[in-house]
Amino acid sequence: MTSSVIIEQLKREKILDLLNQGKRIDGRGLHDQRHLSIETTIIPKANGSARVKLGDTEVVTGVKIQPDKPFPDLGDKGILICTAEILPLADPKAEPGPPGEEVIELARVVDRGIRETEMLDLKQLVLIKDKSVIGIFVDSSVINTDGNLFDACSYAAVAAILSCTVPKYEIKNDAPALVEGVTSKPPIQTIPVSVTMARIGDHIIVDPTADEEACMNARITITTNSDGNICALQKGGSDGFTVEQLLKCSEIALSVGTKIRKQLEKLM
Amino acid sequence: MTQLMNENGIRCDGRSIDQIRNVSIKVGVLKNADGSAYIEFGKNKILAGIFGPRDVHPKHMADQDSGILRCRYHMSPFSVTERKNPAPSRREIEISKVIKEALQPAVILKDFPRTVVDVFIEVLQADGGSRCAALDAASVALVDAGIPMRDIVAACAAGKVADKIVLDVNDEEDKEGQADMPVAYMPNLGKITLMQLDGILTPVEYKKCLETAIGGCKQVYEIQKKALMEKYFKNGEA
Repeated sequence: MTSSVIIEQLKREKILDLLNQGKRIDGRGLHDQRHLSIETTIIPKANGSARVKLGDTEVVTGVKIQPDKPFPDLGDKGILICTAEILPLADPKAEPGPPGEEVIELARVVDRGIRETEMLDLKQLVLIKDKSVIGIFVDSSVINTDGNLFDACSYAAVAAILSCTVPKYEIKNDAPALVEGVTSKPPIQTIPVSVTMARIGDHIIVDPTADEEACMNARITITTNSDGNICALQKGGSDGFTVEQLLKCSEIALSVGTKIRKQLEKLM
Repeated sequence: MTQLMNENGIRCDGRSIDQIRNVSIKVGVLKNADGSAYIEFGKNKILAGIFGPRDVHPKHMADQDSGILRCRYHMSPFSVTERKNPAPSRREIEISKVIKEALQPAVILKDFPRTVVDVFIEVLQADGGSRCAALDAASVALVDAGIPMRDIVAACAAGKVADKIVLDVNDEEDKEGQADMPVAYMPNLGKITLMQLDGILTPVEYKKCLETAIGGCKQVYEIQKKALMEKYFKNGEA
């Protein structure tokens, strides 16, 4: 116990020391992401799926598409629900049970990025207005943690949506019925890319690892769309940012996001 | 769809684009709490009560080196048009977390090891921007409780409505507008401690929206100070 606390403290000091020389503990530049690998269509029973590795953080996402009732105030739109969870096998500290505030925040930030960029044209998913629509359920499971779960889950969710095929439903006897053998591509309008940055002292670093997150002062996730606009944002952590830092973060999110978007576009 | 802005740039509730809603804050409204405040921010009616520093339950949450801060943001079932299930929703849990993280940079809890400061927020009536209004009340209530602080946290949202950047988004504008950006700011330290965004902004609009929100925070800060002075410096007491 004591020895692990000492090692944690030494690691922290090393991370801070290196940052002051403009370096990171894993040799990356301050604004470099870890290697991102994306595999799609890994779960054939899902309508779309992806397995994403961002460094050692690993996420599996599945998309299920099925008829559902619309939200009461949004009868002219299909349903989109993105969830995220950290499986107990992902981390020695993770436990089964109801989600804590961190996991709820994770799921809501992933959902917000996809919803607010209007990645999917939900108006195309209506069967009968106010009564019956198509629901797209995007469920992400973290299977190994090493920091920056926000971006890993977001990329996995976006990749799974890009790779999905939408089954066709028709109304028969007032109820939606599956039309066998007919599928279409999802109504994609833009590709959202989230970029998470940590502030450690005065340094802004992109894609923090778990060790770096352990010494960060504050965190920010910025999601941009294909047109270079900023669409969703979430600050976290127990300290703040100056205006200059936030403006710099938005520039970083746009430039780093462009590279990731190219990688995601290949999945279409 | 309601018209959010007329041709003269007047918004659906009669405000101009750079005008905040009426804000009034009263400090020390709950007898049993160690600190408290009541805020009316437009149609928002919100109570905040502070308890602590006090013993931590459950004990394993305690920090041997510092006090901890906890926050519960809760909406009353009657606070919105359709009755809200009283159990905490995922939205409320997320808001509780971001409010806690917005207050943490301001409070100094090092001198209270193994204790907790509980921030309880009850939204009695919700309008748009309830998380900002709740934060404004909580921040003042923390001062009222005598918690050592680096600065007061002031919060206000800005957004994009009818293609214009506007200050302090109301309920209709939040639902039908193009973007909503709640911001919390420590005016003396120049630090942003809460920031979220729903909606689409260009980089230029992003900068303008952030600056507009900070302008709103500074206005709220003056109201917060006045509310505190009203309680503590009235009748020549100092």
